[in-house]
Formats: sequence, C-alpha cells, structure tokens
Amino acid sequence: MIRLEARQSVPGWLRLAATAGAGVAALVLVAIPIAAAGVGVLDAYALMAKGAFGSVFAASETLTRATPLILTGLAAAVAFRAKLWNIGGEGQLYAGALAAVAVGSGAISAPAAVMVPMVLVAGALAGALLMIGPALMKLRFGADEVVTTLLLNFVVLLFVQMMLEGPMKDPMGLGWPQSMPVTDEASLPRLMARTRLHAGLIIGLVLAVAVAILMRRTVWGFEIRAVGENAAAARYAGVPVTATMVRVALISGALAGLAGVGEVAGLKGYLTSDLSPGFGYAGIVVAMLAGLSPLGVIAAAIFIAGVFVGADSMSRATGVSNYLADLVVATSLLCVLVGGFLTRFRIRLGRG
Amino acid sequence: MTDRPPVLVLDGITKRFGPLVANDCIELTLAPGEIVALLGENGAGKTTLMNILFGHYTADAGRVRVADGAGGLSDLEPGSPGAALAAGIGMVHQHFTLAENLTGLENIVLGTEPVLRVWGGRAEARAKAARLMRESGLEVDLDARIDQLTVGERQRVEILKALYRDVRVLVLDEPTAVLTPQEAEGLFAVLRLLAAKGLAVVFISHKLGEVLAVSHRIAVLRAGRKVGELETAKADRRAIADLMVGREVAASRRSPLEPGAPVLELDGVDVAGKDARRSLHGASLLVRAREIVGIAGVSGNGQAALAALIAGLAAPDGGRMRLNGRPVARHDSRAFVEAGVARVPEDRHHDGVVGAMSVAENVAIEDIRAKGFQHWGFIDFAAIRSRAEAAIRDYDVRCPGPDAPARLLSGGNIQKLILARVLERDPRLILANQPTRGLDVGAQAEVHRRLLAARERGAGVVLISEDLDELFALSDRIVVIHAGRLAEAGPPEALDRGTVGLMMAGHGREDAA
Repeated sequence: MIRLEARQSVPGWLRLAATAGAGVAALVLVAIPIAAAGVGVLDAYALMAKGAFGSVFAASETLTRATPLILTGLAAAVAFRAKLWNIGGEGQLYAGALAAVAVGSGAISAPAAVMVPMVLVAGALAGALLMIGPALMKLRFGADEVVTTLLLNFVVLLFVQMMLEGPMKDPMGLGWPQSMPVTDEASLPRLMARTRLHAGLIIGLVLAVAVAILMRRTVWGFEIRAVGENAAAARYAGVPVTATMVRVALISGALAGLAGVGEVAGLKGYLTSDLSPGFGYAGIVVAMLAGLSPLGVIAAAIFIAGVFVGADSMSRATGVSNYLADLVVATSLLCVLVGGFLTRFRIRLGRG
Repeated sequence: MTDRPPVLVLDGITKRFGPLVANDCIELTLAPGEIVALLGENGAGKTTLMNILFGHYTADAGRVRVADGAGGLSDLEPGSPGAALAAGIGMVHQHFTLAENLTGLENIVLGTEPVLRVWGGRAEARAKAARLMRESGLEVDLDARIDQLTVGERQRVEILKALYRDVRVLVLDEPTAVLTPQEAEGLFAVLRLLAAKGLAVVFISHKLGEVLAVSHRIAVLRAGRKVGELETAKADRRAIADLMVGREVAASRRSPLEPGAPVLELDGVDVAGKDARRSLHGASLLVRAREIVGIAGVSGNGQAALAALIAGLAAPDGGRMRLNGRPVARHDSRAFVEAGVARVPEDRHHDGVVGAMSVAENVAIEDIRAKGFQHWGFIDFAAIRSRAEAAIRDYDVRCPGPDAPARLLSGGNIQKLILARVLERDPRLILANQPTRGLDVGAQAEVHRRLLAARERGAGVVLISEDLDELFALSDRIVVIHAGRLAEAGPPEALDRGTVGLMMAGHGREDAA
C-alpha cells in the first residue's frame, strides 16, 4: 500500500534534485513518441542538444529566444508570488511592442541615448497600463483576473491587427499588415556580430537580479510575499493590500511589456501580428518551472528556449515534427508539478 | 468497571518525527463502558497517539491490540484505517470529515454501501440511523444538507456515522473546542448514555473541567509520555494541572489600580454589518488606561463587529469613536497601530501570522515600514533578526529559530509571537479577542500574565472572551454584548455568574440582578 505523509519542511537540495529529476523524467517520457516516430532516441536528443547549444551561433539563437521568455517569466513569477494570476503576458507583450513602434518608428526623432530609454519606458508603461483594469476590477468587484487578463490578450491582439491594417500600416510595406520599421536610433543594440543577440538579453538578466533583490530584500517584496501567502493576516497587520496588489500588477505588466519592446526594437525591427509565438503563455511555464524564483527564471527560460531551438534543428535533420518541443515543455511542466508534490510529501510503502 | 476484559490495549506505542519523540512507549487499556480522558497540553502527543490507533500513522514501535470475538486480544494491522474500522474503532476528528453537499443520512451511510448500490437499501439505513438517534439521544435532521447544520449538529452526524458502523471504541479529538457550553453539556450526556450501553470512549482534551465532568479515568500525557493515570473520582484538580504542565501553575492576580485617562471611547456607534453577527447598534464603551474591560457574550452577538472596529478594520456607520481622547481620522490597521493600539486577533492562524514567512518577519510585520527596520525601502535584516531574538527570549516563544517559518509553531507559541509583536510597542490600548481560546493551561497563564503586566504599565485592555472564568479573573469591569448592543454589568466583585448569564441572554441589568 502506498501512503503519503506531509513533510514538515523541505530541504533546499531536495527541491533542486526534484527539478533536475523532473527534467530527466520529461526527457524519458518524450523518448516514447520519438521512438514511435522511428528515430533513435539518443540521436534525436543529441541533435536537439547540438541544435540548441552545439555552436556559438546555436547558443546565440537559444539566448535570443530566451530573452522574451525571461521577461514574461519574471512577469508571471512576480504576479504569482502575490497570488495575482496574470495570464495576460501575451497581451501585455503586444501592448509593449505596439507602444515601442508608436514611439520608435519615426514619430519622434532624437539620439539613441534618448530614444532607447524612451522606447523601453513606453513599452513598460503600456504593459503596466493593461494590468490596471484587471487589478482594479479584482480589488473592487472581485472579478477573477484569470478571466480578465486572459480575455484581454485577444482584445489586444485584435487591436494590434486593427492598427496594422489601419493607422499604423507601413505605406512602404507592399500591402503587408506590418508597422513602419523601428528607426536605428530607437533599436536596441546588437551584442555580437553575425548573431541576432540583442541588448534585451542584458535587460532581462539585470531585471531578474533586480526582481530577486526586490522580493528578498525590500519592504515592497516583503509586502508582496505577505499578501501572497496570507492576505488576511497581511491586512490585519496593516500591510496595504490594495496598494501592494496594484503595485504587483503594474510591475508584472511592465515586465511583459518590455518583452514586446525587445522583440520589435531588438529583433524583428517592425511589428506584425505574429510577433510572438505565445511567449506570454510560455512565460507562465517558465515561472512554474523556476518555482517562481526570479533567478530560476533565467535557467528555465534558457531551458525552454533551448528545447524549441533544438527541436527545430532536430526536426530539419530527422523529419520528426518540431511539435516535439511543445511536448517536451508540457511534459517537463507536468513533471515539475509532480516533483514539487513529491518534495512536499513523503511516500511510504506500507506493510501489507 | 476496569476489571472487565479490555476491548483495546495500546502496548508500548512509540512514534518519532525526526528528532521529536511524539509518543514514547505509551501504554493504555480500555474496557467496555468506560470513558477514558486523554489529557495533555497542545503538542503532548494525544492526537498522534489516536492517529496511530486509527491507522493514519504507523508506530515506530509497540502494537495496538483489540478484543476479538473469541475473548482474546489480537493485533490490529498497523497503518490501515480500514482495519481499524473493521475492528470497531471509530474516530471523530477535531476538523470534521463530512461531505458538505450531502445530507446527514448520506454522510452516515457513505462508505458502508457497495458503490454500485447507492440508491438501494435507503429505507433500511434510515431505520438504523433513526434507531441510533433514539438510543443515543443524538437528534439531528437526517435530510438536511451538512452545510445547513450548525457545528454542534455536524458533530452529532459524525458520532452517528461512527455508531452506524457498530463501533466498540469511539475516539473524540477535542470534541468541545467548537461547541457552546450548552452543546458540550449535551454531548457529555450522550457520551455517558453510550458508555452505559457498553461503548468504550476515548475523550481527548486539554480542558480540565470537562475532563473531570465526563470521564471515569484520566491518562495524562506530557511531552509524548504518559506521566500519570488516575481514577477521576479520586483526582484532584490542582494535582492534575501540575502533572499536565509539569510545573506549578501560578494563578493570575489582578492588583487594584486607579484607572487613568480614556483611551477608547465609543458613543452610540452603529456598525451595519452583513448580518446580525457583524453589526453593532448604538454601542457605547469607555476604556481607560490601567483597566481591563471584559466583553462577555454568547458567540455571534456582535463581538466580530466590535473587534473589527477596535482593530481598525471597520469604520462606524454612525456614532462617534475616539482614541486617546481624539476623534479617529483614518480607520485602517496601520493608523491604529501607529496610534498605539495592540491588536490580538481572534483567529491567530488566519489573521495573526503569515505561516510561510519566518518568525522574524512575522514579529516585524506591523513595523516593517518603520525607521530602524528599513532604509530607503531595503529591509534591515539584522534589526528584525535581533528584535525576533529578543521576542523569542523574552516571551519564551518555542521555535527552531528566528528564520523558521511561523507555521511550524504550535498555537500557544504563535500567540506568544503575536503578543511579543504587539506588546513590545508599549501600546496604550490592547484589543485581545479570545486570546486564550484553544491554548493549554500553561500558555493561558502566560497570556493572562502579559495582559495584566501591560495594564500595570498603563494600557487599557478590551478583553473579548467566551470564557467567563477568564473574564471574572482579569476584568476590572464586565460589559455584556447581546444582539449588537453593549450593556455595562459592573466590576466582577459585585457580580455573580447568573446575572451575567442572564444579561448574555438579553435581559437587562435590573431584571437580571
């Protein structure tokens, strides 16, 4: 007979071991469909690893892909710590991208030292503004933010499409629904010659450290943790619960908005309505894999980016569909959730 | 009674959780028709022992033996609630295990019927349940959904559920914690009746009074060991208390003091709550420095509204409220903390601490924005740590250390933590809402000592309690709350319990006296 006993406390090494074990378990589970597709499992994984990290270019592609995931992952991690379920990272990303294009594609002309910060601030503000509605509706009327933020994703995407078909359509775009290109002054600098790596990565890394410090060492972080863990006790003790929630909402939205800025001003150069292949949603997976730890988000984002980039390359070489990447990501999320459960409980195989 | 062959024998039960020995070689024998009280402070190992008996835990050593049909004893399969049930052991947990969306009858039969025959045999089941209700005196509406029943009624359903399974041994874990005194009396009568019919009852409690009232025999546990076992009839209240706590319990003494300036004034305050339990009507109250005002009342008569008002969580809808002689400008927790109000919440787990945060963070939570605990928004961890160390030392908070999560602490130690947090600020007004509910004798005495010491230092105290002993021992004046209205009863020396009881039932001071 199998029984579960709750552990009094979970040691740190066990939590790390569980995460690593979950990754291995995911790879073992995904080996089944790979084998079923008639490809050698080890070969396929070797190709994936090579495609993701096998060369400087491969690694740079993985890091480029990880850049928006770090930011949307941080957005989810901060919000989830306060039990604010922001599922709207995708919409906030597009809002940030739209704002970056509005400011950075020639409407204002100034030197790069002014334009780049302005584009970043505009994108962050747009993402943050998008969270005000859901946050206030939650605090005022108890509206479930899962629903409001999720639905706003579609509203924002339709709004972006409307803008790209209308007022913001690039007259030089040969009729394609795309925005005017971001000017050179407003673009984020490239980090390395002959790669697509851009300064968005640095911004993501710096913000991950900043969020880690915010959560662990500041009064705001203290209040966010208190509200997330026990809002009733926090309110009783005089923690400003409403202000904290609004603050978290704004920070979370701003982080996701910056992901959008990075994609248009650092990578693509102009906005289209297929800018993001679901980076906002993937950010939720990143945050969960990281156990909501801001620094863990970096590792989780690189892992997931590596899976996607590696799967693309493996798919070209073997013919196995690159949907496999989604499979790996989904399986690892499930494995991490099971792993988290196993760290909190002890399995006892009873007698009889 | 004890010379009858035993129905249950616990033999050398030992259980460890890491370094903690929760049960250390415990022996207990139970005969049919006997009510044995398992008495001990919180954390003494009572619930662990019963969880081993019922198969929720497996003992590290020792065995449980139950009477078999042949007149002998046989070992109970460890770690199996199913085996315990089959052997006739029933348990009523402190937190009920009822499906709230089913009726009483459905809960009673749940698990006894084969899955594929849920709708058959209902009439039989109803007849059996009705017979059990008649025999035991446990009256309850079998067709009402559990979520429509009162807590006392739910407990009756739990007991019926056990009886329906033809138990020979009934274990009740802190059964009176959720009951009014009248409901508790009713429960005792039922238990006596059931015992007279041959049921063996284990009654887990930390309340001396009720243990003396209901049991035949008392086994006292302390720190995981059985430190004594005696016949209730020969037991001496004082001796048992000392046995339980392991040291002499000093009774709290209130010294006469001249009250000072008003610290809290309510003048015709109305609070329109969602329901009567959360409303006040024309409530007037005066609390001065150096006095304890006890609020007596049956639970649900507006205490919650009064407590929310004094804690700064609610604003009056009418009337006037003054703190320290000045009208209140802002009704929120922070403003009240800054005005020198110490608030001890009723539900210390839910409103008192953030379980996932450390002891140090919980001690500092009210002051986290104060100078000295933060610089430019960055927390001074050394400062909150040293404050926590002082709190742990001065208030004797038993915990692994300042960095341990607060949820690891027992109820009594959480209460000490909260007292350390709010009393260290030298408050002018203290709201203590049910400050000793659920605490053991030692922790209760400690809370009382702290409140009296704060009074001597010049604080005014509002003590909301359902424990009349506590109110009579600590209060300078008793005020009765009934249906959202406050009525001055007077100093306890000039009062008897009967008068207060009648006032709690809604009679005026004049016709009650």
